[in-house]
Amino acid sequence: MATSETSNRKRMFKQTILFLLPSLILLIVFFIGPVILTFFFSFTDFSLTGTTAREVSFVGFNNFKNLFADPRFFSAFSSTMIFLLASGIIGQQLLGFVVAYLMQKKNPLFRKIVGATIMAGWVTPELIVAISFVTFLHDGGTLNEFITQLGFEPISWLFEYPMTSIVIANIWQGSALSMLMFQSALDAIPDSLYEAAEIDGASSWKQLTNITFPMIKSTIFTNLVIITLSTLGVFTLIYTMTGGGPSGQTATLPVFMYEQAFVNYQLGYGTAIALVILAFGILLSILYIRLLRVEDK
Amino acid sequence: MKKSKSSVVLGYLFLTLLAIVFIIPLLWVIVASLDAEASQVLKIPENPTLNNYVSVITSEGNQQAFINGLFLSGGQTILVVFLSIIASYPLSRFTLKHKQKFMLNILFMTSLPITAVMVPVYQLFILFNLTDSLVATMLFLTASQLPFGIWMTKNFMDDVSVDLEEAAWIDGASKLEGIRKVILPLMKPGIFTVAIFTFIGSWGNFFVPYILLSSPSKLPASVTLYQFFGQYGYAAYGQLAAYSVLYMLPTFILYYFAQNYMSKGFSMSGASKG
Repeated sequence: MATSETSNRKRMFKQTILFLLPSLILLIVFFIGPVILTFFFSFTDFSLTGTTAREVSFVGFNNFKNLFADPRFFSAFSSTMIFLLASGIIGQQLLGFVVAYLMQKKNPLFRKIVGATIMAGWVTPELIVAISFVTFLHDGGTLNEFITQLGFEPISWLFEYPMTSIVIANIWQGSALSMLMFQSALDAIPDSLYEAAEIDGASSWKQLTNITFPMIKSTIFTNLVIITLSTLGVFTLIYTMTGGGPSGQTATLPVFMYEQAFVNYQLGYGTAIALVILAFGILLSILYIRLLRVEDK
Repeated sequence: MKKSKSSVVLGYLFLTLLAIVFIIPLLWVIVASLDAEASQVLKIPENPTLNNYVSVITSEGNQQAFINGLFLSGGQTILVVFLSIIASYPLSRFTLKHKQKFMLNILFMTSLPITAVMVPVYQLFILFNLTDSLVATMLFLTASQLPFGIWMTKNFMDDVSVDLEEAAWIDGASKLEGIRKVILPLMKPGIFTVAIFTFIGSWGNFFVPYILLSSPSKLPASVTLYQFFGQYGYAAYGQLAAYSVLYMLPTFILYYFAQNYMSKGFSMSGASKG
């Protein structure tokens, strides 16, 4: 029997390889390969113009030295942090929670309608979000029309408050996901817990901090990881709304990477920035998972 | 959770206001697309018309852009679904040594920001002379969505009981026949979920085709709409809005059908967008 079991194992292994092979080839060529190439190319002077276009050579840590000495990099880094904190961690997370919390025990039809309007932002392609918000916030757009009718001076939102503009657009786009996650987490809290607190005379606020938050803790952290990773990679929304401007104010790391790699054709330098984004994303998700484990203990 | 009447009313009021704020930017796109004299301001059309749609639809460039988009997103969706199904089979059915580790790696890959790999992908495309190729772009899109596809499909396949499949084997069916005739019909909702999410994500993707394709005749609707926005966006508001509505229509229709399976789709983590 032992021999037939080993041959069975072997057959299973062969079949597994056969079934996985097409996916593995595609993943290695187009996904894992490029990730490894990111490490490799970030140490080269790969570029599309000039003498280095033909001969690629290793430049050691030069790209990173230049990067860390580049004031535009620090500006891009801080823009990314502001965008991440304001639109992702605070905006989407908080709004998603508030909506999910307030929607509890409301009229089902009302819930459906409000939920649909918030989901609309999430379903809308990024480019359409950008087009809608650029027109909405434009000098002669709906928002300025509204505030002039109230008797105020129109504001050039996209030029005077570019970061606020992209933050609002991203909150609009992304809050639905938080809302859905918090809705299912809140639904899972047994009513008996609230009823017991009610008998003890706990206020709504007390119930929120002593029952709701501890019960949805793991959802909060999962949500943070997902939001952080997706916000970190936002390119289309920012690029099509402001192009990173005015004067680089909204050039987050992905936009800065795009400019260096595809406008200035400094691909080696661009990969160095890409590596920073990648490392940043991996580190942040590890950090959050650690925090979550500590909380669990 | 008993609450005072005023707090309930305040809740309704806040949510109503929020819904209005949420719908206004999108409402402009729809209303302006029907307006012969559309401007940037949201207003009821004095001369409602379908001319904006007619001029967008009759443009051959736009038709080509939609066909390109369909090729990229449709091709990607079919490949992702097919490859995910066959890759999930051993991962779901066999006892394998490093399965857990493999699945964790797959999960990890679903959360990597695609934006960050675009520069090396472009370098790869240059090295192998693949830039401006629709097929190569479609294959890259497939690879980028495969971790998500495999993760979801494997979980859906786990829910299908092995008993039925074994019964089919006894009747002389091969493994592949078992997949086709027993597993697939039972996990239809799961397959549709993966297909719809893949298509929606791909159709909305602007960055990947923007970087990897360059000939105007090969660009999908997402890129041509962006170009239209840049060139005529501040003049032909009606057409811009009509183009936008046509572009987002497939997404909304597919999403409507996907809704039924939504709750299931969210049991997985890492649904991050690139």
